[in-house]
Amino acid sequence: MAAPDIDVKYVAHLARLHLTPEEEQKFSAQLGQVLTYIDKLNELDVSQVEPMAHAVPLVNVTRPDALRPGLTNEDALRNAPAAAGGLFVVPKIVE
Amino acid sequence: MIHRLTISELTTKLARREVSAREATQACLDQIARVDGRLHAFLSHHAADALAQAEAADAALQAGVTHAQKPLLGVPVAVKDVIAVKGQPLNCGSKILGHYVSPFDATVIEKLKDAGAVVFGRLNMDEFAMGSSTENSAFGVTHNPWDLTRAPGGSSGGSAVAVAADECIASLGSDTGGSIRLPAALSGCVGLKPTYGRVSRYGLVAYASSLDQIGPFGKTVRDAALMLGVIGGHDPRDSTSVPQPVPDYAATLDGNLRGLKLGLPKEYFVGGLDPEVKRAVEAAVKTLQELGAELVEISLPHSDYAIASYYIIATAEASANLARFDGVRYGARVDGADPIEMYGRTRGAGFGPEVKRRIVLGTYVLSSGYYDAYYLRAQKVRTLIRQDFLRAFETVDAIVTPTSPTAAFKIGEKADDPLQMYLIDIFTVPCNLAGLCGISVPCGFTASPKLPIGLQILGKPLGEPAVLKVAHAYEQATAWHKQKPPVDG
Repeated sequence: MAAPDIDVKYVAHLARLHLTPEEEQKFSAQLGQVLTYIDKLNELDVSQVEPMAHAVPLVNVTRPDALRPGLTNEDALRNAPAAAGGLFVVPKIVE
Repeated sequence: MIHRLTISELTTKLARREVSAREATQACLDQIARVDGRLHAFLSHHAADALAQAEAADAALQAGVTHAQKPLLGVPVAVKDVIAVKGQPLNCGSKILGHYVSPFDATVIEKLKDAGAVVFGRLNMDEFAMGSSTENSAFGVTHNPWDLTRAPGGSSGGSAVAVAADECIASLGSDTGGSIRLPAALSGCVGLKPTYGRVSRYGLVAYASSLDQIGPFGKTVRDAALMLGVIGGHDPRDSTSVPQPVPDYAATLDGNLRGLKLGLPKEYFVGGLDPEVKRAVEAAVKTLQELGAELVEISLPHSDYAIASYYIIATAEASANLARFDGVRYGARVDGADPIEMYGRTRGAGFGPEVKRRIVLGTYVLSSGYYDAYYLRAQKVRTLIRQDFLRAFETVDAIVTPTSPTAAFKIGEKADDPLQMYLIDIFTVPCNLAGLCGISVPCGFTASPKLPIGLQILGKPLGEPAVLKVAHAYEQATAWHKQKPPVDG
């Protein structure tokens, strides 16, 4: 498989990331090189191999469903760029 | 010269009242004032708060508290800018967090404070720990104390330099693909990446969650062992932390390597390895043999695929983890007509180039039509890499390699070539993929310019006792760790 031409503008939109035209052009070239390098993974036959998501075989990790300290409303809002009435303020979503 | 002491030396002197915690902390602050204008290891530090913690430690010592009860009582420890310390700024080397102040302590910080440490300072790093040189910080590069024109390695460059230049006694960093071991090697100190799950990640800002691990930097292997003993352990707030008890790591440091079998992976000693690094590592291998260890050649056949697999998995996880930086709950915001425009502008203005590159790459490899070709395949290759190591650990107790293929490189040398920068991590990345532990210890210097070289020792999952034992025996048989960088005038 040849490294595909990555559509940086489209992918950046998926990631909600504004890029300048210069960034789009530069990243397209640089990531093209990286993807060409990554292509070496196709040398391996992995048809019989299980994927590994995680290094530690832990399953069903739970803890007691008990009250424990959390952030207060005031602490949670302290770093907010915009807050009012105990809530985060965002641009209008619905008309 | 109190700032030059190791943890073991300082706690001995504190216990005998030969020095106070206040004097030790002041000595570190004085050293920062002397050298950090040239090094830029620290993004910020709060001197009055550090001295107040030191005075509290002195009062505890006066009241009869011992280092058996609180192993780091009165020891100044600085922290990478990716770990939350209540009431202190947290920026991850990025502009996007604005004037963020942590509302809580990370588990490792709670543990350091419980152990009596003076927790101070925010240490420079590649933005969101993405990088191998500390050049990607939004707040300026950190300089290598052995040659100010060179990078210290990264991403925990500030943490390595602060210890190497005696600006603190020990520090914390994080390691996702080598970000502790690489800067330790290039800056000349000890850096330990614990086994995935050994140390809680609660309060560590996530880069790649299946690979990230917090670990210590120290002036000696014993100090790294002491630090791990404090910060390690199960944490109900991190579901990936392992429930195994924390052994007394320092107790295994007896210098005796008789009966130990160490593996030399032939794939790590081929092309691209700098001849001076190769010679230093070969000399270290000879020393280990003289100390009684048996060295055998092993093969890790999938080594060459680690970087490709890593840059798919790490960027995929990063693209998901960094979605939270959207200008809603914290950090700097750039307004837009609707939320989508606000997110895009905020992220476009707040993230630096390397973070943007990795978000784009990570989003791409997870996107519809490419998932199987990239992400799923990388996860399968990850399995093969782990199997290589587990097979090797059936016959050897630890694995010995160079930490990096070269010594420190020039600032700017690789800045415009992401792929060349990624390849610096070639010897450190497999350990994270496989969930192993690893350490870098000083093993020599290049001739001209004089730059530190690191020896990497890798252990099986939870194999820290063997790794620390080998590293300690080597360190005690050599004097590399005693050499100080010329910046310390």
